Amino acid sequence: MTAHARTVRTQGRPVLGRFALPWRLLGYALVAGLGLLYVLPFVLQLVTGFKTDPDAAAHPLGLLPVTPTTAAYQRLFGLSRAGDGVPFLRWLGNSALVAVLVTAGRVLFDSMAGYALARLRFPGRSLLFAFVLAVMAVPGVALLIPKFLVLNTFGLFDTYTGMILPLLVDAAGIFIMKQFFESVPREVEEAARVDGAGVFRTFWSVVLPMARPALITLTILSFQGSWNEFTHFLVATQSSRYETLTTGLARFVSGGLGGGTQYPLKLAAALLSTLPVAALFFCFQRYFVSGANAGAVKE
Amino acid sequence: MSFRTTRSARRAPSASGPPAAALPPSAGSPGAPDAPGGSGPTAAPRAPRTPRAGRRRDESAWGWLFVSPMVLVLGLFLMLPILMALWVSLLHWDGRSNPFGGQAEFVGLDNYRSLLTEDGLDRTLFVTSLRNNAYYVLLTVPLQTGVALVLALVVNQRLLRARSALRTAFFFPSVTSSIAVSTVFLFLFQGSGAVNSLLSWIGVKGPNWFADPRGVLSLLLGALGVVDPDHPSGPLADHSLLGLSWYQWLSGPSVAMCTIILLAVWTTSGTFMLIFLAALQDIPRELEESAALEGAGRFQMLRHITLPQLRPVLFLVLTLGLISTWQVFDQVYVMGQGAPGNTTLTPAFLSYSSAFDDADFGQGAAIAFILLALILCLTALQRWALRERDARPGRTR
Repeated sequence: MTAHARTVRTQGRPVLGRFALPWRLLGYALVAGLGLLYVLPFVLQLVTGFKTDPDAAAHPLGLLPVTPTTAAYQRLFGLSRAGDGVPFLRWLGNSALVAVLVTAGRVLFDSMAGYALARLRFPGRSLLFAFVLAVMAVPGVALLIPKFLVLNTFGLFDTYTGMILPLLVDAAGIFIMKQFFESVPREVEEAARVDGAGVFRTFWSVVLPMARPALITLTILSFQGSWNEFTHFLVATQSSRYETLTTGLARFVSGGLGGGTQYPLKLAAALLSTLPVAALFFCFQRYFVSGANAGAVKE
Repeated sequence: MSFRTTRSARRAPSASGPPAAALPPSAGSPGAPDAPGGSGPTAAPRAPRTPRAGRRRDESAWGWLFVSPMVLVLGLFLMLPILMALWVSLLHWDGRSNPFGGQAEFVGLDNYRSLLTEDGLDRTLFVTSLRNNAYYVLLTVPLQTGVALVLALVVNQRLLRARSALRTAFFFPSVTSSIAVSTVFLFLFQGSGAVNSLLSWIGVKGPNWFADPRGVLSLLLGALGVVDPDHPSGPLADHSLLGLSWYQWLSGPSVAMCTIILLAVWTTSGTFMLIFLAALQDIPRELEESAALEGAGRFQMLRHITLPQLRPVLFLVLTLGLISTWQVFDQVYVMGQGAPGNTTLTPAFLSYSSAFDDADFGQGAAIAFILLALILCLTALQRWALRERDARPGRTR
């Protein structure tokens, strides 16, 4: 992907020639089928959100609603039958609040820690880096009860602080930033230092602006991670006023509110909760790609 | 010391625009002295008067200041809780009193004992969850690796039209929320849902996916006439191991569990596809060209050039899969919560439900620690096996 235009021209030519026509057609059919397998669930999700409950139950595969309706969306946004609506706007607000604060915190603290671990000489540095690597190996699901315990002890259970504070730093992000800062030539910083800039000035006005690609990757990964976070909120909160899109939807779908299947409503809520990350994904796909290649970042 | 992420993470910046590209303007910025740093005060009139030792002390202070948020957050919300949970796993605690105040009964290793050595409901449930998760791992890891490899090979075809659109389509499920896609799969796999409608087109009557506790292997054996799934008898039913009969051990993942497996393969294959794709594009072109000159066909090329070159990455993907499949939780929470018949119960979910549903936090913490030990062993194995490839003096400075 990153090859320069000139090398693309020579590299782009395949080593082996084309398949014979019948094979090529078969190949395209198979590939199209494969693509459908990945796209169709989202298409059905989108369409079903505009169906009525009986329609969704009777024609689960129908690509056109028999009687198109926006009832599901009206209920989500509290425009109709306010009493029995799903508190979707509250979920949305909580998710947005948490995601924005967590992303801001991670970008700042991860890059500070990454810079210190990559460049600043201080006692205990290599020990701290070993600690970061050890933390990266700890699986999130083993931390469910531990996290509840500590929040409960500090009186942070069922508060916004308890939802946000533990997520403000993540080891994988520190690792990414450290790797990046190590790739920046030392001469740049030393030049700034010689010019009289202190450690913080050097970091803030010289090194950080150069780290743009890594910062964008980190921002996107942090936003995606905190928007999609589920287990931490599950054990950090209890009352419905702190429900986010993930915990709210999960409780709703796994049998909580109201009777019936209500699939149009559930799928519309799921779709809306996917949209922000989807929008980011389609705009900044290459940063997601580099995030995926950064290895075990996804938990 | 070396680590699996080292190599691939170093690639991250280059994939998002090579850092080198950003350097020349800054490096050649006005005011940068010709001589490299440390050339002394003559080159920089405003350089601090303090000698090197002073700068060292300065750097130490700043260094600790910069890492202090990390130390605080990771220490308070990661290391401390683990120690607290270790203590709670030795208690009989119902979640109400203060577990550190001495009111909760100290039971030593009883929680671990009842999970591992004592015959009883606790162990049966725990062993069942291990069996379920083992089948989940056994099916998911090879499937997601295989599918990801195929997807990467497809998207890497230079003559294929629309391959970047395809790459987007394959990757998209990986970035969405696990809760949202689980909701979609609940809808697709309902008794009268989209999947069963599709199956009915080809004359197959699909099962009632989420309500079907029958193991797929037992269904297979039943179809072959080896055992009667409804009334298992003979040695398989008579012998038992750790509280489960041989028949229960061998009956395979339940139909309900299979939907979670399919969901896992569908959502993870995109990420692993990208890892394979990066490796495919790293294969030296000369290698392929010389093979083509010698008249290698597509299959031979794949078998003798491509796959051997992918071996290290294959190992990486397999172990990443192995580590993450033992942590399956979100999907279980949405799609099964252990039902039907405890066949979607996994250790992670059992740990959660023992603590938060049954108010037995000691038991839940003990399960979490056994799971933690298992996953850390897998991670250690992976890092040990990948150590040579990554060996470089990165940590010494």
